[in-house]
This record gives sequence, C-alpha cells and structure tokens, in this order.
Amino acid sequence: MADWNILSIVTFLPLVGALLILLTGGKEEVAARNARQVALWTTLITFGLSLTIWAGFDNSNPGFQFVEKAEWLGGGINYHMGVDGISMLFIILTTFLMPLCVLASWNAITTRVREYMIAFLIMETLMVGVFCALDMVLFYLFFEAGLIPMFLIIGIWGGANRVYASFKFFLYTLLGSVLMLVAMITMYFIVGTTDIPTLMAYNFDVDLQYWLWLAFFASFAVKVPMWPVHTWLPDAHVQAPTAGSVILAGVLLKMGGYGFLRFSIPMFPVGSEFFTPFVFALSVVAIIYTSLVALVQKDMKKLIAYSSVAHMGFITIGIFTFTQQGLEGGILQMLSHGIVSGALFLCVGVIYDRMHTREIARYGGLVHRMPKYALIFMVFTMATIGLPGTSGFVGEFLILIGTYQVSTWTAFLATTGVILGAAYSLWLYRRVVFGEMVNEDLKDILDVNKRELAIFVPLIVVAMWMGIYPDPFLDVMHAAVGNLMEQHQLAIEASQSSLHAAK
Amino acid sequence: MMYVLIVFLPLLAALLAGLGGRQLGDRGSQIVTCGAVGTSAILSWVALLQVAFGNAPVSVELFTWIASGDFNVSWSLRIDSLTAVMLVVVNTVSALVHIYSVGYMSHDPHKPRFMAYLSLFTFAMLMLVTSDNLLQMYFGWEGVGLASYLLIGFWYKKPTANAAAIKAFVVNRVGDFGFALGIMGIFYVFGSISFDTIFAAAPDQVGNTFNFLGLEVDILTTLCLLLFLGAMGKSAQLGLHTWLPDAMEGPTPVSALIHAATMVTAGVFMVARLSPVFEYSPDALAVVTVVGASTALFAATVGLVQNDIKRVIAYSTCSQLGYMFFAIGVGAYPVAIFHLFTHAFFKALLFLGSGSVIHAVSDEQDMRKMGGLFRHIKITYVMMFIGTLALTGVPFFAGYYSKDAVIEAAFAAGSGVGQYAFWCGVGAAVLTAFYSWRLMFMTFHGTPRADKEVMSHVHESPFVMLFPLYVLAVGAVFAGWFFYPYMVGEHHVAFWGDAIVMLESNQIMEQFHHVPGWVIAAPLVAGVVGLLVSWNMYIRRPDIPVQLAKTHSALYQFLLNKWYFDELYDFLFVRPSRWLGTQFWNIGDTRIIDGLGPNGIAARVVDLAKRAALLQSGYVYHYAFAMLIGVALFVSYFFFAGGH
Repeated sequence: MADWNILSIVTFLPLVGALLILLTGGKEEVAARNARQVALWTTLITFGLSLTIWAGFDNSNPGFQFVEKAEWLGGGINYHMGVDGISMLFIILTTFLMPLCVLASWNAITTRVREYMIAFLIMETLMVGVFCALDMVLFYLFFEAGLIPMFLIIGIWGGANRVYASFKFFLYTLLGSVLMLVAMITMYFIVGTTDIPTLMAYNFDVDLQYWLWLAFFASFAVKVPMWPVHTWLPDAHVQAPTAGSVILAGVLLKMGGYGFLRFSIPMFPVGSEFFTPFVFALSVVAIIYTSLVALVQKDMKKLIAYSSVAHMGFITIGIFTFTQQGLEGGILQMLSHGIVSGALFLCVGVIYDRMHTREIARYGGLVHRMPKYALIFMVFTMATIGLPGTSGFVGEFLILIGTYQVSTWTAFLATTGVILGAAYSLWLYRRVVFGEMVNEDLKDILDVNKRELAIFVPLIVVAMWMGIYPDPFLDVMHAAVGNLMEQHQLAIEASQSSLHAAK
Repeated sequence: MMYVLIVFLPLLAALLAGLGGRQLGDRGSQIVTCGAVGTSAILSWVALLQVAFGNAPVSVELFTWIASGDFNVSWSLRIDSLTAVMLVVVNTVSALVHIYSVGYMSHDPHKPRFMAYLSLFTFAMLMLVTSDNLLQMYFGWEGVGLASYLLIGFWYKKPTANAAAIKAFVVNRVGDFGFALGIMGIFYVFGSISFDTIFAAAPDQVGNTFNFLGLEVDILTTLCLLLFLGAMGKSAQLGLHTWLPDAMEGPTPVSALIHAATMVTAGVFMVARLSPVFEYSPDALAVVTVVGASTALFAATVGLVQNDIKRVIAYSTCSQLGYMFFAIGVGAYPVAIFHLFTHAFFKALLFLGSGSVIHAVSDEQDMRKMGGLFRHIKITYVMMFIGTLALTGVPFFAGYYSKDAVIEAAFAAGSGVGQYAFWCGVGAAVLTAFYSWRLMFMTFHGTPRADKEVMSHVHESPFVMLFPLYVLAVGAVFAGWFFYPYMVGEHHVAFWGDAIVMLESNQIMEQFHHVPGWVIAAPLVAGVVGLLVSWNMYIRRPDIPVQLAKTHSALYQFLLNKWYFDELYDFLFVRPSRWLGTQFWNIGDTRIIDGLGPNGIAARVVDLAKRAALLQSGYVYHYAFAMLIGVALFVSYFFFAGGH
C-alpha cells in the first residue's frame, strides 16, 4: 500500500478536479453546470478513495502509517506524509463533508460558480493536507494556505457584511499563526529538522517549552476558537455561505484541536502540563459564557456559532485531561461536532435558501408545511444537546468522565453547559419550527427536496451510528492515544526526576 | 429472545409508524403500535412469572457501546424481579394507553405521529428498566425525557404546550446534571459503571472519603445524593417538581402513561435498583426520606385548590411519588415498589377516566364548569369512583394495602426522619382524601355548571376508550390484595431475590407488620376525615369554599399559585441567565473583546487602507490581503532558506 501513495492521491485529487473546472469553459450556464458535476464527482471519488485508507488502517499500530517521504526543500525539510489513529478520521470527516457541501451549494450559488467550486476543491486539498502532513513546513503551508480560499469564500459569496467578517477572520488567524511561525523557526534552529516525528521525540528545554507552547497556543486557540479569541467565528459564520459555514465548523475548527494533539502535547509535555489549569479555565468560561450568549441570540447562525464555541470548550478540556477517556472523547467529539454542527448549518441553509433571512423571529410554525424538515432538524437538535444514542453524547460523556478524574470542579462547571445547551437549542427549535405559522410569506414554503434529503440522510446515519455503536471510531484511536499518553507520562516523570536531580 | 422482543418491538413499531406513517395510514399505524406494545405486555407477564415467581434472573448482552481505556459499557438487558415488575407496569399501562388513544385521538389529524411517540417512549422506558449499568439507564432516562418533551408539545400550535415541553426537558436536565456527575463519580471510585461491580464493591467504600469540589466528603453519601438529584428531577420531587403540573398540556393519554404511571416513577425505580449502594449511606437515605415526605405533604396542599381536573391529579401524583420516596428512605424498598405498582393502576385509571370526562364535555378541563355529570356518563363515573377509592386507601382496594404499608413502615423506622415522614404521610392522607373527593363532587355531583350547548353534547366514551378503564379498574381493585403477600408480605424475600439488597440490620420489612393499632388506624381515619370535610364543603354547603377563599385569601392565593415556585425560579434563574447572556454579548464580546482587539486593529487598517485607496483604485482589501500573504510567505522563505 505504501508505494501506492494513497495519502498524496487523496490530498491532491481535488486539485485535479479544480484544474479540470479551470480548463472547461464555455457559456456561463454550461460552465456552471459542468463545474458542479465535476466538483461533485471529484469529491465523491476522493471520499471513496479515502475510505480505503480506513480499510487498510492497522488499529493496533500506534505509529504513523501510509508514510510517504521524499526529499523536498533540502535542509531536513521533506515532503513527509502519514496518518495515525488521531489524524486518520479527520481526513474521512473532511472527504465525507465535501460532497455534501457541493450538493448544498447546488442551487444556492448562482454567481461565479466555477470559481466557487475551484475554491472549495482547493480548500479540500489543503484541509486533507493539514491532517496528513508530517513535516512542519508542509503543515504550516497547508494550515495557512487554507485561510485563502476560506477568506475568498466568505469575502466573495458571503452575506451583506462579508468584508468585515472576512477581515476579522483573517486578522485573528494571521496574528496567531505569525507567532506559531516564529516558534517553528526557533525549533528548526534548535533541532535542525522540521520532521514532526523527530520533533515529537525531542526533549525541549523546559523553560523554552513554556514559550513554544504559548506561541503554538496562540495559533490553535484562535482556530478552535477558545474564549476570548472567539469573536471572529459568529461573524464569519453569519456572513459565510452555507457550505462555507459547514466547512468552517466541520473541519477548520478541528485544526485547532488537532494542533494541540499533534504539536503542543507531544512536543511540549511539560508546558502542556503547566498550562492545563489555564486551558481548563478558558474552556469553562467558554462553555458557560457562550452558552448564555447563545441563549439571547436573534440570528440562527449566530446562535449555532456560539454553541460551537461552547462545544469546542468541552473538546479542549478533554484533550488537556491527558486521560484515555478525555482524549478519545475529545477526538470523537470533534468528529461528532463536525457532523452535527455542519448539519445544523445545513438546516439553516435549507430555510435560508427559501426565505433569505436568518432572523429567528421571521420563522415559526414550519412544522405545518415542512414535517420532514422538522424531523431532521429535531434529530440534530437532540444530537447537539447530547442526547444519549446520538454522537454528541458519547464524546461529551467520555470527556466528562476523563475530566472528573482530574478535576471535579472543571467537570462540575462543564456539566452545567449541558443544561444551558438544552435550553438554547430547544428554544431555537421551538421558535423556528413549532407554534402557529404567523408570517404570510411562509405559507407556501416547500419541504426538503430530494437533493436536500440526500445531504441529510448520510449525516443522520453517521450521527446515530457514532451514538449507538462508536466502537469502529474509538478502535482507531486506542493505540495512538495510548501511546500519546504514555509518552506524555514518561516526559513528565523525566522532567520531575531531573528537577530532583538538579536539587 | 423473548426479552429482546419485549424491549425492541415497541422501537420497531415506533419506527414503522413514525417514518412510514403516510404509507401505513392512521389505522395501519394504530394496529402496528398497539399490536407491538400489546405483545410486549403479554410477554412481560410471562417474564414476571418466570423471573419473579420462578426466581430465574436473566441477562442478555447485545453489543459493546462505548469502550475507552478502562471505561467499558455494553448494551445489555438485565431482567430480575425488580425489572420484571417494572416491565409489567410499563407495558401493561402502555398497551392500554395505546388502545385508549385510538379513541381519544380520533379527531386528531396526526395519529401516526402520536402513536409513534407513545411507542418510542415505551421503548426508552424499557431500556431504562432493563439496564445493567448506569449509562444505559441514563440512555433510557434521557430517552423518556425526549419522548416526554415531544408528547407534552404534541399540539405544537399551542404556545403553552411548547413552553411546558421545554420546561420539562430543561428542569429534568437539572436533575440529570446530578445524575451525570454521580455516574462520573461512580466510575472514578469503582472503576466501572456496571451494577454488578458497583454492588460488589460498595461495602468496601463505607466510611471512605474523597475530594469533591475541594471538599473532603464521604464517598457513598455524595454519590447517592448526586444520583438522587437525578431521581428528584424525573420524579418531580420538591424543588424540581415544577415541570410536572405544566406537563398536563400534553394529551391526556400521555399524562396517564408518562406523567403518572411510568416515567415519573423512574426515580423511585432508580433508587430501588441502587439499594445495594444506598443501604450503606444512612445520611443519603435520611435526605431521601425528608424530601419524599415534604413533597408528599406539599403537593397535597397545592392539590386542594386547583381547578383544572388534570392538575389536581398531577399534584396527587407528585404527592404519591413522595410517599414512595420516603418508603425507600426508611429502607422499605419493596414497599415503595409495591406502592409504585398499585399506584400505576389506579392513577392511570383516574387519568384516563378524567380524559373520558374531558372528552365528554367538549375538551373542558376546568372543574368549575362541570358538575352533575354522573347521570350522563355513568360508566366513567363508576370507573373514577373505583380509582378514588383506591387512591384514598379505602379497605381492600389496591391503595389501601400499599399506602398503609408505606405509612406503617415510616412509623416502624423509629428514627426522627421516620417520625417526620409518618406525620407528613398521615397529613397528606387527609388532604388526599379531601382533594380526591372534591374532584369527584365538583365533576359529577351538584348542579351542572356547564352551558346548555356543552351539556347537550355530553356523551359516554366509545368502547375502545372504556375497555382500558375496565382493565385498570380490575388492577385498582385486586392488585393490592393479590400481590401483597409476594411483594411485601411473607413471601417477599423469595419474590425479590437478589434484586433488592437490604442489610442485616435493616429489619423494617418485619417491623412494619407489628406497629401499634392506632398507627394502622391512622390512614383510615385520615381518609374518612378528608371525605367528610370534602362532603361538607362541596355537597352539603357549597358556599363554604367561596367563603374560605375570601377570608383566607393570602393562604388561598399562596396555594393556588403553587407556593410561587415558578415565580421564584423565574426570578432566580431564568431572568439572570438572560440578563447575563445579553451583558456578555453586548459588553463582553462586542465592546471589550472586539473593541480592543480586531475592531481596533481593523479601524487602523481601514484608516491605512483609505489613505492607500487615494493612491490606488480597485478592491482595497484584495491588495491588503495580497500584501499580508506576501509578507508571510517572504518571511517564512527567508528564514528557512537562511537556516539551510
């Protein structure tokens, strides 16, 4: 399998699709239709191929698999790709969401369709690349370049206030990544390589670890986003087109959490340990603060965006518990959140396409005209609340189980988010779907069509699957997470004993 | 296999009726759901015979649910005597309610949806009672919460129904908050959440302490209290009871099934299931006793003055659940489950009976607009009468056996909290008799207060609605007498087997049979007093209540407004949350974070860009963007090349 270079194929196949779209011209209408078809088939094939990664994945191997390595820039900078139990499922998540995004944009995007599809396909390449990269330079390139298509998607196909939102998004992320870049350069000067596995094995000086940890944290915390650097997210979501929101919530936010798992924890174990209370504090604030803010939102997308921040708070807590349950729960919750919040944004997209407003007060009583939609929206509302039997529950509960072993206060405060989450989600649902149909212009709104059903059914299936039988997902993680914990434990012990020795 | 069928038939029916309702049609979905749940009900009785009377507990493992490190949970079914009793209660009442609904909802346009929700509820409840670990129980727990939410809000046009549905879910979540923390704590202490492991290890933890929220506390007491918080939410105990009366917004069959016979008793079931843990924590049991006893009395006082026929019965349920809890609190778990069992029959009977009344008087629920109905709906009247006799504990009806046993057990406990519970129980018995007979008198006796139009339409319900009443009436009459020897009498040890664990020192099951004569007489006297006062006020001198309400208007208003709990919570929790949310949003996010951060910088960028725009044309932000990216790329290339 290794010489088949499957990772590179999955990563760059979308780029081929983008190229194809670029080459096909013709009349605007024809070109748009072609672009849609090409994008759909490219993403579907990519998804199919990515499943072979999962099929060929060895669950018992804690290290990197499907490794590809080639000389690239020289000086220890290689083209190095590979996946382990932590990153593999994120690739599947990305390739799974992409065809759905293309379908969701089918009729919603009418201007510059070719450019739009090209942007999405490039985006896919960059996102998959982030999760495959095993070289810091490669990672950094994918990580940062991902900003550009997203910036364009919001800035060109976004809502009325798109310029402000895209700038805010860009400023925040750039500021964080500049610090990360400095840290990476420092590491390169010390170790002499940008190879991630090598860096993971290297023991950085304890004092330096704190600074490096903070520099990486700046970048990842913005991406997650953690309180108080979260304010770009509601604006970006509100202005982004539906599929943009799905990718933003589904995949881009996960890069922050993934970054913690790939860089912060294995490379700076002492720093991670030291800053854990800090992360817990920010996360708990995020959960309670943004849940309360979500309670009073008047814009559907803003409400879901704020709820995302709260959910991501759970994830950062889970990751920094350094327990098997917390880490696996964190990863599973990221996958689940990718599915569920993506689906919720799609739900908003369905009615936005029909009514062109996101204001909650303009809706109400949709169940009378849209019973199928009501059911779909209900399923995902329950999943975001974390009802047992849906994907939201398993991750959340594992995180809390892990957290309880480390800090009862954190577990206690985080659990209050469960109450607030129910309140704002049900309140949203009630105002949009239940009640009398008051607004005249809703009277002839249509229920979900076949295309939309084709988007939602796979999402529902996966959300329930992860809730009822999450074993296939968790099995992938066990070995890699166990290894991560072991290494972390060893590093902490080593630093403590050296501390004693110094005394 | 039979056990798998019992649990999953309702799920299958729910899916068929819910997703294929349009294809099946109204009649088809009714047949599917009634058939499935009816089959489950019959099989449940078989299970009761095999498991409880034949002493053969069974467990069936299905497949792994969550496995992460030491944390391992499977989907599995555990059927012992306790479960078997619950299976019978849940499936019997559920099957009858399914049948009743065919008639009751005959004018509703959404029959398949309603039937699907009922079956879904049944499935979730069955998962709850058959669980062999805490997490699956939690699954069922939240599942019934979902079904309850959907059914309370079934008439989604009504804003009050929607509000009640959300309230039920959120208040229950407060309880679940404790439940979830309890499960986490159990895993932390025992390293497992499967019942067998916990039960085996519980005795070793007696007297041990651990750190919880910075305090050094007793392990078992803390965990029990956290779990009990969950039970309080689901079983509407004092403090977390506010959702139950509002839940009456749902259709009446729902009230009978979920909010009287089954779901609300889940809390009682949970504590009984965890008897091997609670037994080792006398402090937690004392709390359970006090909360239960207080609820029994509190809810009864509110029930005295309510005018909505369903709300009276709802408060009555709340009060009866209090009885069950204090029975558990004094260590008499079998007595509590016995009361749960009989209560399911007569309370479902009362609810379905009141549904029949409401059906007769054109969906009116206010008892002030009823009266004199007994001539017109004689069968319903007789059924309600039987239910009332059972509830008020008239000798030889079901309630007489179980409620008296509860009160006697409280007395026999001999402890301070036991005494408190005893007197609350007797007091509540007086009030119960009063409000029950008040309900009967106001509804069926006296002069008709409904307008002519309504009175002319008063009609007896169809057979499909009366049949479930007959079956329940049989239960309300005989369930106590027949099951007394097995559940709490001489055979109780053999009947329960290992399903309920009681310590050597806990001899309450023996002691409560030997209480003084006046204790045995007390509930009876209480019932008679309540009946006489009620008769005096509503039959002989109907002007008295009006007078009393005027002369004691403060007290009357206090009770009528349910001790102002809703207003208190609104003031303490709801408003501050909204206020905080708004403040965080407007001041925290917008003014402070954005103001200092991105907007401040953005403002500077815009300033610069404006100046730049004077020099150049086109999209300023494109240039700015290109520039920033260029800088970033340049810097990175420079450094990496330099390092080489």
